[in-house]
Amino acid sequence: MKRVYPNREYCIGCHLCELACITAHSESGDLIIAYTQEREAAGLSPCKKIFQKGSECVAISCRHCDDPSCVAACISGALHKDPETGETVYDRGKCVGCWSCLMACPYGAIRRHPVESKIVKCDLCRGREEGPACVQACPNQALKYEDRDE
Amino acid sequence: MPQFPNILCEVLTVLFQPINKNYHEFIIERDKDRCINCQVCVRQCSYEAHYWDDNRQKVMHDNSKCIGCHRCEALCPTAALTIRRTPSEFRPNANWRPVFLQNIYKQADTGGVLLAGMGSPVDIPVYWDRLLLDASQVTNPSIDPLREPMELRTYLGTKPDRLKLLENGQEPPSLQTEIAPQIKLDTPIMFAAMSFGAINFNLHRAMARAATELKTAYNTGEGGLHRSLFKYGKHTIVQVASGRFGVHRDYLNAGCGIEIKIGQGAKPGIGGHLPGEKINDKVSETRMIPIGSDAISPAPHHDIYSIEDLLQLIFALKEASEYRVPVSVKIAAVHNVAAIASGVVRAGADIITVDGMRGGTGAAPAMIRDNVGIPIELALAAVDQRLRDEGIRHKASVVAAGGIRCAADVVKAIALGADAVYIGTATLLAVGCTLCGRCYTGKCPWGIATNDPRLSKRQNPDVASRKLVNLVNAWSHEIQEMLGGMGLNSIESLRGNRDKLRGIGLSDTELDILGVKHAGR
Ligand code: SF4
Ligand code: SF4
Ligand code: SF4
Ligand code: SF4
Repeated sequence: MKRVYPNREYCIGCHLCELACITAHSESGDLIIAYTQEREAAGLSPCKKIFQKGSECVAISCRHCDDPSCVAACISGALHKDPETGETVYDRGKCVGCWSCLMACPYGAIRRHPVESKIVKCDLCRGREEGPACVQACPNQALKYEDRDE
Repeated sequence: MPQFPNILCEVLTVLFQPINKNYHEFIIERDKDRCINCQVCVRQCSYEAHYWDDNRQKVMHDNSKCIGCHRCEALCPTAALTIRRTPSEFRPNANWRPVFLQNIYKQADTGGVLLAGMGSPVDIPVYWDRLLLDASQVTNPSIDPLREPMELRTYLGTKPDRLKLLENGQEPPSLQTEIAPQIKLDTPIMFAAMSFGAINFNLHRAMARAATELKTAYNTGEGGLHRSLFKYGKHTIVQVASGRFGVHRDYLNAGCGIEIKIGQGAKPGIGGHLPGEKINDKVSETRMIPIGSDAISPAPHHDIYSIEDLLQLIFALKEASEYRVPVSVKIAAVHNVAAIASGVVRAGADIITVDGMRGGTGAAPAMIRDNVGIPIELALAAVDQRLRDEGIRHKASVVAAGGIRCAADVVKAIALGADAVYIGTATLLAVGCTLCGRCYTGKCPWGIATNDPRLSKRQNPDVASRKLVNLVNAWSHEIQEMLGGMGLNSIESLRGNRDKLRGIGLSDTELDILGVKHAGR
């Protein structure tokens, strides 16, 4: 399946991917409103996070693992593997906020929702015509959306 | 966390600063309605002009630190930033222009030599703009490059005095003359010498890959060649300069040509100094000097004090490379360039590269850069004419460098007598450079003239090499169009064909040196 692959070597730590992510997942679809209003009011937050140490940085989001630990750990059935697309799908309605998946994910790719008892996880911008917003925004092609299976 | 942590608060005022710090060049305009305080600009500015102000809980800036590179403006996700020249103006004075005032204030503070980066910005005539190209009408047909073959291929190296053919009746004649080694270029545009160290490894890799894809060449500059790039050797000209950095037998045999750098257009007559901070592990192993030590290129080659000495070095290099590759000699365009070029060719150079005074540099004293040398157009015309007059033009190819800005400049250079051109500044512009001219600080916000790992990774070689390939392909198409319009179908028919040029608004002396007629004649 197609996944978002970060390239640590050329990630410049600009955080534009995070901004693209919240814009794509906002009500308004407008970065300025999303960042200054929806973030405060609705706890809108990015599904990906930049980890940085010295000159190294990397943008981490859900890997949509073939054998996802989060799905195994989820107590309420809020996470499942879509057999067709291969994506690890999150059903917000079922999530009870137990943080089991958070502990289980080996990549630290799941984060707590800042205000609700829910998680925040990458959905590959499902339904977005141009594909994942972070990939489109990255100024240094440090994110690639491609199929590297086999 | 901002990438470049900042000393907060104090920088807000100019209190405690030298009084003339307020005479800065740029101002940062931040549109309050658009700025979301995301701190992208804070992370991007390597000069720490933007910072997070904890007291005010918002992003603030210090105009006096901005050097006008536009990196923040380019990456601000809400287009909130505009970088402007400061509107503050000194009283107009045609003689004491602001640059002189600023420089004097600066030197009165520091007592130091003024440093500068990139090519000279001073207002010396640009003859390319005063030369016009010809086109076919009625009497000779123009050629459509999309429908008919158009040859941009060219060969650099010494050509034989005459060809000897063996003819024996039935069989086709065969060539008896042995042809000296040549560098084959599919387009007459090469990437100019920019050393590994002055620019970083990512860009060297990008140039090597682009030159290979384009089937042209790039020049290593004086900093040696990292072993991992030896595989691009067929499209690499290796340089030997006065510091002899990274020169060893494998290096000399790694490329398709060897260039002896005598001078550089931006700083004729002086050497180079790459500060120790730029010498990281990779640069150190390539240059063969210790990490952190200054890399100093002496002004002269200490073994070259005459044309005879140069001859010895040329042949030493030919011996070392077993006469497999042509040897080029690069000189800066100075007053006696034509006579010097004649000597260089007689000394055995297969290629002579002439670098004009508008050529770029990573660091040069501003006084030298802005006042020494002559423009490439005049130098090129003078060199080509001199070599023709002496009947030795075929003995060496002529490469023009220093100030080539577009495809038309390339065409004009070839019509003035060049076999090919080097592009340096244009190469860097293609990967983002905005000519801020602070290459010598090691803080290049575009990740070009820096080896700081946080900055150099801003150049992804995949992106950079694609841009370089695109640029040269675009120019090559334009060259084909211009050639076709003149009714020519190859670079060979344009070279030195000054009849295809006319001068506009030039004096008789200038026309005479350029060897072109005035427009209308
Ligand atoms: S959340 Fe973590 S464990 Fe689950 S699919 Fe994504 S990367 Fe794998
Ligand atoms: S946008 Fe690209 S370069 Fe910037 S932080 Fe994200 S992955 Fe890294
Ligand atoms: S990058 Fe733009 S929006 Fe973000 S803090 Fe700077 S000026 Fe504001
Ligand atoms: S990034 Fe460049 S243009 Fe922007 S404030 Fe810094 S120095 Fe000035």
